[in-house]
Amino acid sequence: MKTFAVATFAVATIAVATAARADFTDGVIKIGVLNDASGLYADLSGKGGMVAAQMAVDEMGGKIGKTPIELIYADHQNKPDIGAGIARQWFDADHVDAIVDVPTSSVALAVAQVVKEKNKVFLANGPGTSDLTGSKCSPNTVHWAYDTYALANVTGKATVLSGGKTWFFLTADYAFGQALERDTTKVVEANGGKILGGVKHPLNTSDFSSFLLQAQSSGANVVGLANAGGDTINSIKAAHEFGLTKGGQKLAGLLIFLTDIHSLGLDTAQGLLFSSSFYWDRDAKTRAWSKKFAEKYNGRMPTMVQAGVYASVLHYLKTLKATQADGDGKAVVDAMKKMPTDDNLFGKGTIRADGRKIHSFYLYEAKKPSESKSEWDLYKLVKEIPGDQAFRPLTEGGCSMVSAAK
Amino acid sequence: MIKSQRVPIAIMVLLIAVSPFFVYKVFLERALCFALFACAFNMLLGYSGLLSFGHALFFGGASYFAANAASQWGWSPTPALLLGTVAAGLLGTVVGLLAIRRQGIYFAMITLALAQMFYFFCLRADFTGGENGIQGVPAGKLFHFIDLENPWAAYWTVAGVFLLGFAILHRAVHSPFGQVLKAIRENEPRAISLGYDADRYKLIAFIISATLSGLAGATKVLVFHQASLTDVYWGTSGEVILMCLLGGVGTTFGPIAGAVFLIALENYLAQLGSWVTVVQGAIFIICVLAFRRGLFGELSRVLKREL
Amino acid sequence: MTLAVPVQALFGQVLIGLINGSFYALLSLGLAIIFGLLNVINFCHGALYMLGAFVAWFLLEKTGLGYWPALLLAPLIVGAFGIFIERLLLKRLAGLDPLYGLLLTFGIVLFLQGLFSNWFGSSGMPYDMPKQLQGGQALPFMFLPNYRVWVVGISLVVCLGVWAIIERTRLGSRLRAATENAPLVSAFGIDVPRLVTVTYALGVALAALAGVLAAPIYRVSPLMGADLIIVVFAVVVIGGMGSILGSIVTGFGLGVLEGLTKVFYPEASNTVIFVVMAVVLLIRPAGLFGRQT
Repeated sequence: MKTFAVATFAVATIAVATAARADFTDGVIKIGVLNDASGLYADLSGKGGMVAAQMAVDEMGGKIGKTPIELIYADHQNKPDIGAGIARQWFDADHVDAIVDVPTSSVALAVAQVVKEKNKVFLANGPGTSDLTGSKCSPNTVHWAYDTYALANVTGKATVLSGGKTWFFLTADYAFGQALERDTTKVVEANGGKILGGVKHPLNTSDFSSFLLQAQSSGANVVGLANAGGDTINSIKAAHEFGLTKGGQKLAGLLIFLTDIHSLGLDTAQGLLFSSSFYWDRDAKTRAWSKKFAEKYNGRMPTMVQAGVYASVLHYLKTLKATQADGDGKAVVDAMKKMPTDDNLFGKGTIRADGRKIHSFYLYEAKKPSESKSEWDLYKLVKEIPGDQAFRPLTEGGCSMVSAAK
Repeated sequence: MIKSQRVPIAIMVLLIAVSPFFVYKVFLERALCFALFACAFNMLLGYSGLLSFGHALFFGGASYFAANAASQWGWSPTPALLLGTVAAGLLGTVVGLLAIRRQGIYFAMITLALAQMFYFFCLRADFTGGENGIQGVPAGKLFHFIDLENPWAAYWTVAGVFLLGFAILHRAVHSPFGQVLKAIRENEPRAISLGYDADRYKLIAFIISATLSGLAGATKVLVFHQASLTDVYWGTSGEVILMCLLGGVGTTFGPIAGAVFLIALENYLAQLGSWVTVVQGAIFIICVLAFRRGLFGELSRVLKREL
Repeated sequence: MTLAVPVQALFGQVLIGLINGSFYALLSLGLAIIFGLLNVINFCHGALYMLGAFVAWFLLEKTGLGYWPALLLAPLIVGAFGIFIERLLLKRLAGLDPLYGLLLTFGIVLFLQGLFSNWFGSSGMPYDMPKQLQGGQALPFMFLPNYRVWVVGISLVVCLGVWAIIERTRLGSRLRAATENAPLVSAFGIDVPRLVTVTYALGVALAALAGVLAAPIYRVSPLMGADLIIVVFAVVVIGGMGSILGSIVTGFGLGVLEGLTKVFYPEASNTVIFVVMAVVLLIRPAGLFGRQT
């Protein structure tokens, strides 16, 4: 009898102790996947982002200790007010602890503000603006997949060095395009190139004819496309219609996703030079994961953003397993920065003090139709650039957290 | 006339006072801002008979001015609100002068076109932030001591602004000025023959409507800390028309009910993306075909009192 | 502002302006016809233009019927849908304040655009240019894509054709008479309601035709008519609703003006038409070709 009582007491104490140890707010770990479900950026992440996040959750067994992990999804329609409104409601009323993805840099910046205000976690994968870890950095933001600085540094530099000395920009007139144009301008000028001019177009433009005419009349060697998704596809198509390349000018797609090349077709896209932090066919590990992804997502191979969603959610969950608490977003992000990252898609890396995730960046070229053996066999590798060379040096971003640390 | 509305007004005030204890406050604040917007719009449509398709110009324009004042120039909430409201009034004067020159359908089309012109201007201008909008507008301290970061303070402020706006509109409509407007709406040539300068009355009504729409827009900025292109897009102009139509054009409480209903609908359907627009379209069609008096219009008829 | 402008840019932008003008002309023509007879401002004109493009896309995807059959079929199919709208919905508003017609058609716009956005996403689908019109002429002063020239040409032909029907044929004269005095015309034994339905269908068919023409250039997207219709409203206010020829001339003219603005003062290109509208309202409220009513 006595032993039974002692044993029960011991078990009860341990149970209470472990329960007390796990401090997950509202008894659940809830992650919100917020992106564009039906607009011009739907293909690069969309519902596939949810699939990727779910794969990370499944890998952790669907729960941490006794606390279940839940996913929730919403469409921000590429509008900052809608995105911020959803974020606010998620945090105030729906017990969400972290938001992941958020393409469209203007929405991401708005969401980052709300995340900071409510002290939660933001795992940015979709947006490009390097301001997220620069002038607008926040202790609650982790910027994972890519950013405009790396794109400019890798694609921009390679294009200038291969003879594209004079540039004309076609820029999507919002945070992302503006940041990409700014970062690429710096790189071009630093490598002996010159910017002849540029034109800004509204987000989600379908007819690029008049902008391309301006690009043609500028006579620049390179027409730099500082836009993404549907806008990039339309720009490239219009360039072909107006004989841009026949006239001797080159197109530089500063941000191109797997789904863009797939949509354009290799006939149109062949020879395009661009950079990415992930390609499904890069090595055996990425192939294995991507095949699993494709099985869950209509046979579509994952893009860099979807891969980033998986990897960042995985690292977040692993961190939560160690800290056993999710209430203080800043504390969780600090812990994420202390723990080195390691996954099958991006390899080993770290998250810097400014929130920037460091991993290798790769320069790719779109294959010729004859070189492609299957529907998604679209890229060939040109060069690998290690993370510390691709991304902006820590001290140059203007992030207030960095100078404070010094 | 006003006497018979004492009870409904009291019920409304009670609802405003009690609901924040049960309902998500930010949702209520949004509903109140749009309710004020709808009431201001109703003054023009319901009481003056003028269908403006471009009221988002005043609503959104004021929000940009207020947002800039509060974030770029560091103004405190009250001056920022005032700036937004006054700016809307000025914009209302300009648009009104241009639009009043034509009647009916043309008036609607002109207001739509001018609002769209303003939208494109906002798209390109620097001070609006274009596609990015103005984010992170600080809430500040109203009258230098009411901290608008506090959710309760924010709610009571918005409720206060709404009641103030409602009172102004109610007074304007139930005054000799309002009577003349009704006369002009019923039979303009006769009103003119009685010696009233119809154009001047219509213009004044337009300016009042624009100013109070601006007040609603500026208040929304202080609550949501941002101004964006959605607020100046014709979709918002269409929404406020629908709120009035559904609630009851020309009724006192109709626009408020319409606003609350539509904001709730948007919230509920938000997960489903574009279905909101489909439902709004369907409601429009049904209302125009079979329900022209709107909720409170029908209620007024049944209860035989002015609602 | 640039005054030293390369010839290539000038001709190129004027051509694009003519193309935009073609769409403005086709759509404002349809609007003017519908307004003339039904006294209804057909807000859903932009959505019907979008439907025309979608029907063309659908025909290609599901039945393999390409561009050329679509040019004929899409206006017919969407025209039939227009008859359905007119019979079922618009007829009930006859006699009411025309503002109700505006609101009803606005509701139809929201409904259609929302529905299609849900089914197809908002960024649209590609529609390939017909092979016969691909490529272009490399002229000394610019590269002239064949398809775009075709668009301007066919629009001119259709617009002038419709004008000829209305001004020069018996059907057209009945239509014009019914606009002036419907009871009198029906006293002559002419079926006015049927005339009204046919007129609406004609206006709708013009919008759908414009949609098919636009599909290869602008992609097929649920929102393609949304902002366009407002510009067309401005065109109609400027041109005045009284004259068919007026809306054609104004449409093309404003398109060219927009194109020229893109060359000399690109920042204002979106708003120039609205500015012209404001000016016209101050000087000549009835519109450039309008009749004082």
